[in-house]
Amino acid sequence: MDLRTTFLSWPVVRQLTGDDPLGRGRAAQSAHTAALVPRTSTADRVVDSVCPYCAVGCGQKVYVKDERVIQIEGDPSSPVSRGRLCPKGSASEQLVNSPGRATRVRYRKPFATDWQDLDLETAVDMIVERIVDTRKRTWQDIDANGHKTRRTLGIASLGGATLDNEENYLIKKLFTALGAIQVENQARI
Amino acid sequence: MAECHPVGFQWVMEAKARGAKVIHIDPRFTRTSAVADSYVPIRAGSDIAFLGGIVKYILDNDKYFKDYVVAYTNASFLVGEGFVDSEDLGGLFSGYDEEKGSYDMSSWAYDGVDEEPAGGAGHHLGSGGPSLDPSNIKRDETLQHPRTVFQVLKRHYARYTPEMVEEICGVPPELFHEVCEAVTANSGRERTTCWVYSVGWTHHSVGVQYIRGSAIIQLLLGNMGRPGGGILALRGHASIQGSTDIPTLFNILPGYLPMPKAGDPDTFDDYLDTIRTPEQKGFWAEAESYVVSLLKAWWGDAATKGNDWCFDYLPRITGDHGTYQTAIDMNDDKVEGYFLLGQNPAVGSAHGKLQRLGMSHLKWLVVRDLNMIESATFWKDGPEIATGELKTEEIGTEVFFLPAAAHTEKSGSFTQTQRMLQWHHKAVDPPGDCTSELEFFFLLGKKLKERLADSVLERDLPLQRLTWDYSVDEKGEPSAADVLREINGRHLSGDKSGQPLSAYTEMKPDGSTAGGCWIYTGVYADDVNQAARRKPGQEQDWVATEWGWAWPANRRQLYNRASADPDGKPWSERKAYLSWDADQGKWVGPDVPDFVVDKPPSYRPPKGAAGADGLAGDDPFIMQADGKGWLYAPSGLLDGPMPVHYEPHESPVRNALHPQQASPTREVYKRQDNLSNPSGDDPGSDVFPYVFTTYRLTEHHTAGGMSRWLPYLSELQPEFFCEVSPEHARERGLEHLGWATIITARSAIEARVLVTERVVPLTMGGRTIHQVGLPYHWGVGADAVVSGDSANDLFGLTLDPNVHIQESKAASCDIQPGRRPTGPALLRLVEEYRSRAGITVETGNTLKTVKP
Amino acid sequence: MTYDPATASGWVDAPARKGFFTDTSVCIGCKACEVACKEWNAVPDDGMSFLGSSYDNTGALGASTWRHVAFIEQKKPVDLGMPSTARPGADGDGRADFRWLMESDVCKHCTHAACLDVCPTGSLFRTEFGTVVVQDEICNGCGYCVPACPFGVIDRRIGEKDTPKVGVAQKCTLCYDRIGEGLEPACAKACPTKSIQFGDLDELRERAQSRVDVLHAAGVHDAKLYGESEGDGVGGMGAFFLLLDEPEVYGLPPDPVVTTKDLPAMWKKAGLAALTLLAGAVAAFAGSGS
Repeated sequence: MDLRTTFLSWPVVRQLTGDDPLGRGRAAQSAHTAALVPRTSTADRVVDSVCPYCAVGCGQKVYVKDERVIQIEGDPSSPVSRGRLCPKGSASEQLVNSPGRATRVRYRKPFATDWQDLDLETAVDMIVERIVDTRKRTWQDIDANGHKTRRTLGIASLGGATLDNEENYLIKKLFTALGAIQVENQARI
Repeated sequence: MAECHPVGFQWVMEAKARGAKVIHIDPRFTRTSAVADSYVPIRAGSDIAFLGGIVKYILDNDKYFKDYVVAYTNASFLVGEGFVDSEDLGGLFSGYDEEKGSYDMSSWAYDGVDEEPAGGAGHHLGSGGPSLDPSNIKRDETLQHPRTVFQVLKRHYARYTPEMVEEICGVPPELFHEVCEAVTANSGRERTTCWVYSVGWTHHSVGVQYIRGSAIIQLLLGNMGRPGGGILALRGHASIQGSTDIPTLFNILPGYLPMPKAGDPDTFDDYLDTIRTPEQKGFWAEAESYVVSLLKAWWGDAATKGNDWCFDYLPRITGDHGTYQTAIDMNDDKVEGYFLLGQNPAVGSAHGKLQRLGMSHLKWLVVRDLNMIESATFWKDGPEIATGELKTEEIGTEVFFLPAAAHTEKSGSFTQTQRMLQWHHKAVDPPGDCTSELEFFFLLGKKLKERLADSVLERDLPLQRLTWDYSVDEKGEPSAADVLREINGRHLSGDKSGQPLSAYTEMKPDGSTAGGCWIYTGVYADDVNQAARRKPGQEQDWVATEWGWAWPANRRQLYNRASADPDGKPWSERKAYLSWDADQGKWVGPDVPDFVVDKPPSYRPPKGAAGADGLAGDDPFIMQADGKGWLYAPSGLLDGPMPVHYEPHESPVRNALHPQQASPTREVYKRQDNLSNPSGDDPGSDVFPYVFTTYRLTEHHTAGGMSRWLPYLSELQPEFFCEVSPEHARERGLEHLGWATIITARSAIEARVLVTERVVPLTMGGRTIHQVGLPYHWGVGADAVVSGDSANDLFGLTLDPNVHIQESKAASCDIQPGRRPTGPALLRLVEEYRSRAGITVETGNTLKTVKP
Repeated sequence: MTYDPATASGWVDAPARKGFFTDTSVCIGCKACEVACKEWNAVPDDGMSFLGSSYDNTGALGASTWRHVAFIEQKKPVDLGMPSTARPGADGDGRADFRWLMESDVCKHCTHAACLDVCPTGSLFRTEFGTVVVQDEICNGCGYCVPACPFGVIDRRIGEKDTPKVGVAQKCTLCYDRIGEGLEPACAKACPTKSIQFGDLDELRERAQSRVDVLHAAGVHDAKLYGESEGDGVGGMGAFFLLLDEPEVYGLPPDPVVTTKDLPAMWKKAGLAALTLLAGAVAAFAGSGS
């Protein structure tokens, strides 16, 4: 018989039979409390990451259980951060799990007063059409002086400072091949 | 630094515990000031006067590090006879063209270098600086010749006295002296001083020159390339360094290669000549290899020598296509489509109204973000809906909001503020419709290629032939590691065909190598993702070169050849870093040498040697065309070879040094939708008597997209507030915790009032100047946990000509107690101010104010 | 010999007493402790109210705030070597000194803890580490502990029905679950400047004293420890502080006294009551047939 389930484990019994006559310590500890473990120790895996906020580049450990991030903490091995995180870095778990986070595609028709739903595939197809269309309409082979430009000034982009290098690489590569030159990011701001 | 980079600040606290003196110079008393040894309040927009004062102190008191200065800087170089300093022309350098509002820089050149380099300057260049043939430069190592850079510098800063610093910056002479003493006492052979800056230095119409001011001090004191020295730019976004290296910027290609400029002639060779001259020293001389490798990475087999490696596939730029010019072009209906990728310009960019109105002119807008940011909802709940300037039913912009994946939901690398790439691994799948930019753009590229596969139009060739083959996993997500391999580059022929390059020095101009970003070459050396290395810091020495990977070549400190003296010995044991080991015949130390590893200190290039061979054994600044640190920039900067104090575009103060009030080369936009406050002693300037500046708080992140949606961060700073001094509050009747309305020529916003002793009224030139401090994290919208007026709505657009960055750290305003009017009444309030100040589109926009 | 609350509470071979040393002289007020605590312990947000108490919008410790960073803007002469600024143009002689103090407050985990003394359910208990922890599933929300705390730390959580642990007394656990596995409490781990230090209390006290010595030698004569002395009114605190001014300046009671110091006599009665309870319980157990 597991002692935990017997009356011998009851706080009041332990209180009167042990070294804690006032019942404020060991005797008062509940089975639930005694069984507490940090949730990080129950993680299915721990993934190496980097804080997404500023450019100090603090190391992070991402704890995953049941395919969900359950905790993000500083990585003590990082020679940059030594396991520490600021309030923003410490809030990273809420950043990824926030109930307020947008997870669905939303679409606003011209002149509409509200959003409507749209599936991702359709949205991407529509964006492809918009690009092709605008590019066709705004294409410049040469500028006013007759110098070759082979570009469009009809498509612009802003963003990248919170993105990965690999992402920025594809963005610059694709836009350049399309002739879109107004590709910018926070570094200008 | 404590405020915006708390974890990085641990190292400052550690240095302080070891005896370092920490000085904080800032218009605002921040969390950094709280633990600094000295806090120096300064008027926003006056730093060049402060830095120039330090330069003068160093030169007047012989506090410069002479051996370093003579050997490693251009102090001994002679400037050409045609150069006339701003001190002699009322604040303009020689070569100013009033009509163009820009300089002809040819008179700034070194003696013996005849003409302005072909590349020109500013946005036409990458970061390598202008090309230059150094072989004929004249020198005087005694530094006595009146035309040496050293003597030019001395004359240039002769009037930057402590009294002048007080008059311009509001810093009392004794406090200024304390800084001068501390900086110079902690520099030299035995000690080094580090300067740290952030956007408080870049958000100015003369931002580049702020940093140049600091560079001059650091070179004079011998603090560059040495441990504990340098100038540290603390960057505010996880990979904002990476987004400059692999740029989502209009003017450059990966690795700071310039975007080609439209013009005549416009051949591949012309383009190369703008990057380098074959005679120049240093590693930029090999630029052709970097360009050809990039073009091979992008267009593969289609790029051949015969077609100049598809050089013609690159679109051409014709001036400023930066984000602010683009916002203006939107208002003029020149832009149809706009992608926002983790960016919230409705709140985060200067002149919020112009940004939002611009977006209302678009045909289509794609917003990709973690949260439903204000830039995605301006059409229904933006401030202009409230004022009646916009009506939802009349806005024709089609908006796609696509939710983005978080850093835990994708693999990839961030480049942090010290140029170090660190890999983050995907932990979980993104929820719902969320996708990474990698997946989205990969898909977009694939679909576009399919859509235009049959096109016979010449303009579609670059897309059709673009290499776009990345391996995908079972869910269709492209491999970020594959992309990093392409960035790193590989051999295309020979024994090593297919293998990754291990260093950019392996790149060839003959098409036998490919590589997407030459400075990142080596990050996949030995087919290993070096950015993913995580050997614990505790198991390494203090430089920790086996954690992540820093460009270039995993060097942790740039120009580290300068940590040793010209003979290759450490300047002192205390500050030893790299040194020449004659027995081994190489440079040794805890870091990767930023030098040709087996080039002895005694090496002198033969006449005519160029590139890396052209660098002498004591030329530590290996990316400069002359191998030296530049106290004086003979070319490359559009606004002058040395920093000059100019007032901000909008200032309640007259320039105490020059008749020329503000930078004569700043970029202004004379438009009805971009009006300026009168400045200096222009009529109407008294309507806007206060200085204001903006900043970030520890608890939030820029425009709030990653913080105002989080309850844990929002509760810590829930409301937009302004910070004013008790004296200022008394003057204007502002009450602590009450409301204030802050007004400029663009807009009026409201903020809760924080009356605090941390804001110091400055006494300067016999008058008191009040400064208003505004954190800029909030925006008007309905989706965030907390919202509020946006400080960026107060700014207009005036840019630094070199980098097209806006002046948003110093401007003038009025402040009044109480909440702002709502609806159309808000517009009437702003109009009333404009009319009282007599503002027209010309106001404040005259570039040259020095009279002949 | 040092009184060890864990041993006195029936723990045999208890590990060294654990605690916090919060060195306010290196605090930068970043509030990482507040957020890291909430993240780990799933403490809900405490309301979006702008208090404008310098940079403090948290206000005080409570059921949904287990770490609280106080910000004190202070105009006063300060010692050489400490943060100060000359304020040109201000005050009589044209200069006045100013400093900005920050302090991360937390439950003190008192050696003699009144909250624990008055808890009728055994929800509050003394752990083997000498800390004082609420057992959520036992707490009946009676609230006796709330006025008992001389620091105003513990409180019952109020909120909507979906608020976790609503109605239950809540406060810092010194991350009982974490330290049981040798981890640091979340706040101490995150703290960028190690203003918050976790460890064996004896060692922390030594470390704190040497930090005070360093500061005194540097001329910071105001530096003092708060709560490290076993002779104080709560028998010493498991979480103690290095302050740069008087405790009142930080909102801390200058001379806290355990509110239940007269309780031992009362406990005799409690013991009797417990015996009676036990008798009833044994009877119930025996009768259940399991």
